[in-house]
Amino acid sequence: MAKIFIYPTNSLILSDLVERFGHKPLAMMEKIREKITTVGVDSPPINITPEDPKHGLKYAAVEVPAGVRGRMSIVGPQIDEAEAAIIVLDSASAFGCMGCARTNELTKFLARQRDIPRLEVKYPRTEEEGKDFVYQIAEFLKSLPKEDEE
Amino acid sequence: MSGEDVDEITKIVVIDSDSVLPSDAAMKIYESDVDITIKETCFGTMVTGPRDSVEKVVAEVRALDPNHVFVKQRGFPPGDERRCRASRGGGPRPGFHYLRNEVATLPIISRALDEYEAYNPAEKKESPDKISPSKLKDIIESEL
Repeated sequence: MAKIFIYPTNSLILSDLVERFGHKPLAMMEKIREKITTVGVDSPPINITPEDPKHGLKYAAVEVPAGVRGRMSIVGPQIDEAEAAIIVLDSASAFGCMGCARTNELTKFLARQRDIPRLEVKYPRTEEEGKDFVYQIAEFLKSLPKEDEE
Repeated sequence: MSGEDVDEITKIVVIDSDSVLPSDAAMKIYESDVDITIKETCFGTMVTGPRDSVEKVVAEVRALDPNHVFVKQRGFPPGDERRCRASRGGGPRPGFHYLRNEVATLPIISRALDEYEAYNPAEKKESPDKISPSKLKDIIESEL
């Protein structure tokens, strides 16, 4: 079972497909869960502590806005941990809690910098694109090793 | 709110099926004898509880229609005041727009999964070879 970094990091479709084909998705939701269940980080609506932008300094320079560094403190360790990556391009829905274009660019850049198997596909908009999307992802996930299950 | 020692998770189960309704999934979950909390929503169900129980229940719901039931984890439990719109004065919760956008794409993905499965059927399980007559005869005689 390989750890797969997914972008968009909170995608239902990607997270489901990765699990469906027997791997572990590294998604934003798991990290957020860890964060909000940690005692001491319970000041709604703030989920980012003053420490997070400091952790983000590993991934972005100090002059980069704190919002980017705060997000990178969550996304960055996932990229470091990943054994493979699936990046979906042109996702119209990269807003909401994904709504930082600079973080998204940096995330994709860092994922591409790592020497790991990587699949980049376009977000499907038609039936044919959907078939191609699923086929490429399924074949990519099947090509990854499934060991490490000791 | 959540237990400190128990590893509690929340999963969103999204149903995009002609044969399984969100209420069917909810009934399936109610039938299970594990200690979990569920919340029915317009797109499916949210299941909260200990990790093992949630994964067991989610696997059962997914088995109803594997290519048309989608699951993802959710960071916040249902009703968390940082996300629940009841305590935020209404409006969609953060993250809902993204989910709604992806739900609109699910029919394409479901049909693609159906086609992928038809084109690439799951590997057949290897069944053990039949015992040869001579070996069977030896076994019978050894019993005597």
